Amino acid sequence: MRPKNAEIVEIVPETPTVRTLRFDLAFDAVPGQYLMVWVRGVDEVPMSISYKDGITVQLVGEATRAIFDLEVGDGLGLRGPLGNGFSLLGDSILLVGGGVGAAPLAFLGEAAKERGIEVTTILGVRCCGDLIFRERFRRIGELVITTDDGSLGICGRASAGLSCLNLQEFHQIYLCGPEPMMADVIGRCRGMETKIQASIDRYFKCGMGICGSCSIDPSGIRPCVEGPVIRADELVGTEFGRYKRGPSGRKK
Amino acid sequence: MDSPVMLAAGILGTTGASLRRAALSGAGAVVTKSVGVAEREGHRGPVVVQVEGGLLNAMGLPNPSYRSFQEEIDIGREGGVPVIASIFGATTSEFGEVATGLDADGFELNLSCPHAERFGAEVGCEACNVEEITRAVKRSVSVPVWVKLTPNVAEITALGLAAQRGGADGVVAINTLKAMAIDVESCRPILGNRFGGLSGPAIKAVAVKSVYDLAGALDIPVIGVGGISRWEDAAEMIMAGACGVQVGTALRKPEGYGIFRSISEGLAIYLDRKGMTLEELVGAARRFS
Repeated sequence: MRPKNAEIVEIVPETPTVRTLRFDLAFDAVPGQYLMVWVRGVDEVPMSISYKDGITVQLVGEATRAIFDLEVGDGLGLRGPLGNGFSLLGDSILLVGGGVGAAPLAFLGEAAKERGIEVTTILGVRCCGDLIFRERFRRIGELVITTDDGSLGICGRASAGLSCLNLQEFHQIYLCGPEPMMADVIGRCRGMETKIQASIDRYFKCGMGICGSCSIDPSGIRPCVEGPVIRADELVGTEFGRYKRGPSGRKK
Repeated sequence: MDSPVMLAAGILGTTGASLRRAALSGAGAVVTKSVGVAEREGHRGPVVVQVEGGLLNAMGLPNPSYRSFQEEIDIGREGGVPVIASIFGATTSEFGEVATGLDADGFELNLSCPHAERFGAEVGCEACNVEEITRAVKRSVSVPVWVKLTPNVAEITALGLAAQRGGADGVVAINTLKAMAIDVESCRPILGNRFGGLSGPAIKAVAVKSVYDLAGALDIPVIGVGGISRWEDAAEMIMAGACGVQVGTALRKPEGYGIFRSISEGLAIYLDRKGMTLEELVGAARRFS
């Protein structure tokens, strides 16, 4: 498909460096799927879907800077929804989000709640000011907050929130956030790998499984089409948590 | 080679893991993404856009430089099929430097990428450059050297003959056709590079004719590439004179890596039904000339 033009109808500042953009068009998306977002004249970058008609963007580089410069009424070119998305399984699930990784999980949690699934969430952030979608998560179930600086909730990483829960109660665990955080959670849930779905971040260029820039070592799994949601047992023993590649294909 | 169906250059060949996966999925040989002297990040996005009948791309030759690429070739070789290194350069000496710096089972000279300034077709649209670069690489390596040709010229056979004079062991035809797409909403060219190369079903008939002409004019083998996504497409290319085929854009189909087996199995069933060997099929359409 060619990029579809979407007009920004609302901009919601979530934190000083995170904002949500709502569009004049909605996507029939599975939570966890993503859009290739064309910031005209700048670049095309992948963004996970946080509402059926919206994305939540963290200011990290040139393309996201350009997105932050946009106003209501401006347009973006969107391709998608792309990728596989999370698969909702079981009656009781745990969401573990780090930073802006909370975005697709809020969308997922709402879909789960609608289906009558019991949802518990751990959100890990550096400080209380980085927290996003607190109300969305509260509405769908129990919410545990961890902060690195102890400014809110449990002091520590998201994985510190695991110790106050009985993990065996959950039929499925969903992760999205910084890779070290997700690798840490997977490491603390030994034996549960087949029940953990992680949304992973790699350098996506084509978004259609042909350019190879996002391929995972050593399996060659293509996260842009076979992910971005990958079951933890398929991540154990791979590059996940150790390295990723930049735009040239060089490891970093 | 067990299968005449290979992975084309530029598709999934960035990492050894992808090359190995293509090999284990039934590709008869795998061609890497093109590597050059210096690391390149490639063009700004969008780098690919779907258009009528195919894809338009301008990746911009992203690569980590040949100095960081041997490991990927070695991992690719674990798949048990030949790994052909696609290489590019702006000059004869750059091609020579990359070729001598890599240990591969063969080289494919990218003299045809249509969207990178100073590289690819900008060098390879002149027969004299094709001949000189081919000769230089042949002199510096002991493995087979193929030359991938651009169709964006009046007479592709002139380039094929130049490659043959330079000592090439085969030619690969065709690279993408120059093309562009414009976003109607914003009046902007969609690709970050503004223009790029068209691949997929839309260019198959052009590729078949190019292969047909090259096979008629050259004594060295021709490998057909361009728009092959089903066994029938491969059969057509082989009947035009190709002794092997490469698949690229079709990897985006839902079957993904399964495309290698589906094409080679379809071909095998067809040959069985016709009571023919692959060798007998090569150029089978040529007797009607």
